[in-house]
Amino acid sequence: MTPRVRRWVFLAGMAGLAAFYLWGLHGLPGFGRYPGPYGDVINRIAVSQTNATGVVSAVNFEYRGFDTLGEEFILFAAATGVATVLRRLRGEREGSAEDEAAGRDLPPTSDAVRQVALILTGPALVIGWYLASHAQTSPSGGFQGGVVLATAFMLIYLAGQFLAFERFSPADVTDAVEAVGAGGFAAIGLAGVAMGLSFLTNFLGLGTIPGAVSSSGTIALISFFVGMEVAAAFVLIVSEMLDQALLLRAAGPGGRSR
Amino acid sequence: MTLAVVTPYTVPAGLMDVLQAVLLVLVALGATAVVLTRAPVRQVIVLSVYGLLLALLFLVFQAPDVSLSELAVGAIVLPLLLLLGLAKVRSREK
Amino acid sequence: MHIFPFIVVVWILAVGLYGVVTSRHLMHLIMCLIVVQSSTYVLLLAVGYRTGAVAPYFFDVPVHTPAVDPVVQALTLTDVVVEAAVTALLLAFAIQAHKRFGTLDPQQLVQLKG
Repeated sequence: MTPRVRRWVFLAGMAGLAAFYLWGLHGLPGFGRYPGPYGDVINRIAVSQTNATGVVSAVNFEYRGFDTLGEEFILFAAATGVATVLRRLRGEREGSAEDEAAGRDLPPTSDAVRQVALILTGPALVIGWYLASHAQTSPSGGFQGGVVLATAFMLIYLAGQFLAFERFSPADVTDAVEAVGAGGFAAIGLAGVAMGLSFLTNFLGLGTIPGAVSSSGTIALISFFVGMEVAAAFVLIVSEMLDQALLLRAAGPGGRSR
Repeated sequence: MTLAVVTPYTVPAGLMDVLQAVLLVLVALGATAVVLTRAPVRQVIVLSVYGLLLALLFLVFQAPDVSLSELAVGAIVLPLLLLLGLAKVRSREK
Repeated sequence: MHIFPFIVVVWILAVGLYGVVTSRHLMHLIMCLIVVQSSTYVLLLAVGYRTGAVAPYFFDVPVHTPAVDPVVQALTLTDVVVEAAVTALLLAFAIQAHKRFGTLDPQQLVQLKG
């Protein structure tokens, strides 16, 4: 099928899809008129039931905690998949990090980039930690905190060399942290089962002040574990890609190293 | 029991509508720009700006959590991964 | 303003799919996939919005203030982070395909075998 024919087939199909979509929009309430009961019910009862004032995180880690466990394991599997797919192929050799760093003829990192990245690394760590531990009070949570924590490590790579990044996030430590994060979430669920309740029940004390940092039982704990896991997964993915881009050299007749 | 001083900081409804309409148009234009840019390295920069526009749109839709996630992921992590992939592919093509 | 956000959603979807179909570079294709994913985020949040409502965080507003739907926000939130990892997996596949076949053109990759 030539590209022109493919383009016309796509346009025809898309026109049909858009027509069905717009026809289906007629029966729905318009934008801004939210009718459904679930949102209102949860908004009314979440604060009194779980002592968490951040209702989105309460929904994520308490009312729909099983879904979030599944999503976290998707992330875990994707990081493992990246590490597996980017394994060293037969015929490739891994250059030493020191060799490659010494012989590169690239322009050095500009002072402005280095200073700004160094200045921002500390606050990024603190902000990521704050986000991951305050899921139940304000717009924050494990997922956002984990991503911001991972960007702190990427700032280390931008500020310095690949060697510094490797030293701050050795592969086995990152693997261990990711496993603890993923396993910790499941362990909290199983701890509920061990006590005779159902899986992922909120069995810790709920606290007295709604929205305090130590309130809402297992929500804060789960968010902490999720933050650890997300940060470690992204650091692992970035370090695998950096290994590919900087270290692995093809030794066969097809590829020529740079 | 309220834990902070409650201040009236709601935006008037008409202004919110205008903000949402403007940001929706910008997001549609940004998506078109991302697709129509064919050179990959340039497209990564356009994708980063598109992530920023999406984060603003989510903020105006009263979803600060989602806006924070989208900003961190779409404007920082994804462009970094894409640029690393492009660097690897380019080094092999030389 | 009744259906304008939903029209924008289907426009983003159409534009992204057009990019996927007519792409000549695997990296360009991956970025168009990111655009397609973003259309679903906008759709979810547009469904849950209520005019004149606040964000569903009751730290400093009383509990019975009308707020937008928190369930769709929870869905979109995890979605954004997880799709980034899946995109990284796609990138890994693209890198290995380039190593194996030497080309990143999806229309030529179809014809190569083995």
